[in-house]
Amino acid sequence: MSLEYTSAEMMTVTAARALENGMTCFVGIGLPSEAANLARLTHAPEVVLIYESGTLQTKPDVLPLSIGDGELCESALTTVSVPEMFRYWLQGGHISVGFLGTAQIDRYANLNTTLIGDYHDPKVRLPGGGGAPEIATNAHEVFITLKHSKRTFVKDVDFVTTLGFGRDGKGRDGVPNIGKGPTRVITDLCVMKPDPETKELVVVSLHPGVSREDVIEATGWEIRFADQLESTPEPSAHELEVLRELKDRTDRKHAGEV
Amino acid sequence: MQRSTLGLVNIVSTTKRRTIMAEFLSLHDAVARYVEDGATVAMEGFTHLIPFAAGHEVIRQKKRDLTLIRMTPDLVYDQLIGAGCVKKLIFSWGGNPGVGSLHRLRDAVEKGWPHKIEILEHSHAAMACAFEAGAAGLPLAVLRGYVGSELPNVNDQIKFIECPFTGERLAAVPSIRPDVSVVHAQKADRKGNVLVEGIIGVQKEAVMAAKRSIVTVEEIVDDLNTHPNACVIPGWAISAVVVAEKGSAPSYAHGYYDRDNRFYKEWDAIARDRDAFTKWLEENVYNAGGQS
Repeated sequence: MSLEYTSAEMMTVTAARALENGMTCFVGIGLPSEAANLARLTHAPEVVLIYESGTLQTKPDVLPLSIGDGELCESALTTVSVPEMFRYWLQGGHISVGFLGTAQIDRYANLNTTLIGDYHDPKVRLPGGGGAPEIATNAHEVFITLKHSKRTFVKDVDFVTTLGFGRDGKGRDGVPNIGKGPTRVITDLCVMKPDPETKELVVVSLHPGVSREDVIEATGWEIRFADQLESTPEPSAHELEVLRELKDRTDRKHAGEV
Repeated sequence: MQRSTLGLVNIVSTTKRRTIMAEFLSLHDAVARYVEDGATVAMEGFTHLIPFAAGHEVIRQKKRDLTLIRMTPDLVYDQLIGAGCVKKLIFSWGGNPGVGSLHRLRDAVEKGWPHKIEILEHSHAAMACAFEAGAAGLPLAVLRGYVGSELPNVNDQIKFIECPFTGERLAAVPSIRPDVSVVHAQKADRKGNVLVEGIIGVQKEAVMAAKRSIVTVEEIVDDLNTHPNACVIPGWAISAVVVAEKGSAPSYAHGYYDRDNRFYKEWDAIARDRDAFTKWLEENVYNAGGQS
């Protein structure tokens, strides 16, 4: 059966499928939040979602516009202070997956959300690190999702806000009490994983209808492809239906209609 | 000056004075008394309960050279920066949540309008720990943080220390001790004891870390009606309590009103343009009298 869906939907569904029941996920706002809630509403109803605003085990009916929307608090098991969130729950080792977005990512999955250009004379000032620097090192592993383009996928990020594997791929070597780091990057074109040895991102799966050339064209370095390159499974009708309903509900709520 | 009463010994520090209860002041008087030019000010709120009314009063009173601290500076800090109140910003995430950039912050950092501001940036974990350390009266906070991040290269307040017991390398940042913290809460009782509910952020830590504090509330009630573990800040730990109805709009107050997401989106266009911003400020802050 062939379904109509957008590349953005493909990305969200693929990102959602990375989460499983039994995981405790520290969720970034935006695309990660969309994917994490889709997972919860489809195949992973028991996934525990945690947002840095202190909302623990939250089950929002609509996607939050901000990390601290009331919806997150009202649907949470409990809400703790922000210091408790970062110290006990994240640093204390209770988070299996940190799910992050970013403005820029490089071949070693380092993330830049600080600025484009020189730090003291920025071309574009971005919001900054937020929770990401410690989520990426204290969570057991990290999933990253963002749209694929030459602007976002660069050989070297302008600034390492958040550690992937460092500028040489060795940034986690010998560091005690640190998570595995990024284990997959999900875009609207493909899925990437770090090479087990060098830690450079390698395409492991292409989304349906996407060619190697499409990925090469949208990546700012000479991207490598796995020997056993897979084809990402298409979204199911059920996943698309749940995702579209979720987004409709969200749009109506944020437009002030409900 | 506040005085110690009933012969209570000030065990916290020489800069803190304990009173029987917070003083009830008007918003104008609280800001005039406690927010001085050049002060270090934390107006906290993690998306929720952001003290907009107090921030606007600071703008109206044309306070200058402030060092502003906040984990998540959003619209009200954008407004303070655009209005020229700010010399330095200490923060960990400066954006319009779910919408995009803070254009007044960017204009100040990128183009120096209305003047150049200094920025010092951290991660959320570090700032949360630094507020907590400030509340605990410690000089520094220690965390397993900043590993592999380049933030320590551009912020000389981030250092690394060795754990004396395990030898682990850990990050250290100075604790946050604002001259004055300003937070908004749902309600206070007639003694100035304050109840904060919902997403409580670092509000309690901010109040306890500061030399002086202003808490604006939606209403004064006879009885806070809380359960035993509620987040209550005793009136004697607060300098001034101010009634500011809708004092955190367009953010929200859990149980009182919702976040005006539409305004957050509209702000993007207003803040992009210096003239549009100046006009907005004129109409909605300078000429809005008391609250806005």
